[in-house]
Amino acid sequence: MTTALAATEIIAKLEAAVPGSIMESNGNTVVVKAEFLHQAAAFLKIAAGFDFNYLNYITAVDYQTHFELVYHLVSIEHNQDMILKTRLADHEKPTLSSVVDLWKGADFQEREIYDLFGIIFTGHPNLKRIFLWEGFQGYPLRKDFKQ
Amino acid sequence: MVLKTETFILNAGPQHPSTHGVFRMRMTLDGEVIQDVEPVFGYLHRGVEKLAEGLSYPQDIVFTDRLDYLASMTNNQAYVVAVEKLAGIQVPERAEYLRVIMAELMRISSHLMAVGFLLNDLGAFMTPLLYMYREREKILDLFDMVCGQRLTYNYMRIGGVSQDIPDEFIPALKKFIDSLSGFVAEYDQLLETNEILLVRTKKVGILSKESAINLSTAGPVLRASGVNWDIRKADPYSVYGRLNFSIPIGTKGDVYDRYRVRIEEMLQSATIIKQAIEQLPPGDIQTKIPRVLRPPKGEAYGRIEGPKGEIGFYLVSDGSANPYRWHMRAPSLINLTVLREMLIGVKIADAMAIFGSIDICVGEVDR
Repeated sequence: MTTALAATEIIAKLEAAVPGSIMESNGNTVVVKAEFLHQAAAFLKIAAGFDFNYLNYITAVDYQTHFELVYHLVSIEHNQDMILKTRLADHEKPTLSSVVDLWKGADFQEREIYDLFGIIFTGHPNLKRIFLWEGFQGYPLRKDFKQ
Repeated sequence: MVLKTETFILNAGPQHPSTHGVFRMRMTLDGEVIQDVEPVFGYLHRGVEKLAEGLSYPQDIVFTDRLDYLASMTNNQAYVVAVEKLAGIQVPERAEYLRVIMAELMRISSHLMAVGFLLNDLGAFMTPLLYMYREREKILDLFDMVCGQRLTYNYMRIGGVSQDIPDEFIPALKKFIDSLSGFVAEYDQLLETNEILLVRTKKVGILSKESAINLSTAGPVLRASGVNWDIRKADPYSVYGRLNFSIPIGTKGDVYDRYRVRIEEMLQSATIIKQAIEQLPPGDIQTKIPRVLRPPKGEAYGRIEGPKGEIGFYLVSDGSANPYRWHMRAPSLINLTVLREMLIGVKIADAMAIFGSIDICVGEVDR
């Protein structure tokens, strides 16, 4: 077992590997631009010494001005957490690349976010509604959803 | 002679005795071998995450009871831990110990059900399950004694627990804990010497260590595949740091290992409860919290190790009395992702054994 890197060190390495990707960071939370999300996630998962091979959960929040996606990454080997976030300003057709190719555990969770928030994950193998039925109008967890 | 070799589709559920709720599997079969499987769920979707946004933080505790209804205490706990983190509330020591006792009892109860239903699915119809029910009944009686409820407890509150234990609780708890190891040994002996059970569970539904991690599984499913990951040790909450216990780990990641890990965990829970009874301090059981709780703007993720895996709540506060976002990391839903991985290529007869060994609760999958 190697010693865990400090969060600031990880963020600095991420900035060096994927230049211009980071919007802001605070502690172990790092916000990246949506177009760099997949690249940043792949780097955190694969880069030597990081080993963020466990995706704990994904969720989304509708802040009305934008959607925020939250990825909780865990390195089981180093017992370390990292919160990777991204923001989507488009309310009509928010689109983001899927991370199912990196962590298969993202499968149902991305479908859940698609179902309830209407965020489209490109590259997802089976992106369709998971809880609600096909043909349901609207996305219930959006703040502007009318019952 | 020309053999008919086309595949066909077999539908299991949504109403099926082995799916433990309303859950459907659409399986594509080639003879007896499963080629593809599509889990279909959402029949119990109640929109809890949306409903929770419309109620206040303490009111939302009751929703957590109704998610994984076989482990309500631990759901309560995960949620109140998250709110306490969000609002910066300290919990009195006595309440922390009471929480640990209740959570470990809940773990035993949930594992009893998991193991009982697994055997039911394997064809040991009802007899082992009713033995498990007999033991679980004692736990429900203990909960009844503490909070007057048998299933939906609403016992853990923000800043403590709803009420202190009555005088007769500790003797009854001790009696139950002392009888547990004898029961498990007796039960285990009946099963460990049963060749049919071993043939049906060993080397069936193998989940490799790498896949278990990549598929985000948690709890006994992850540990049976040989990964030493338990939130009680990895990120100790409550008073687990002061208690001495070990984390049972499997080696092969088959149905048998998942069964075995649950049996061992029950015994570990019993040792935790014994220590907690000894260390239980006197004092308050509830911190004073404001009548209307308005956590400061911000977000928090609180997590605990539930019987089925990591239960976490991701809460966002906008400074008002209602949560702005209320998300649950549901172990049942995420553990279900492995189903496809484990079922493809196996015979249809093993499908229900593998499904049962994941131990899901549909109330939590659909939310």
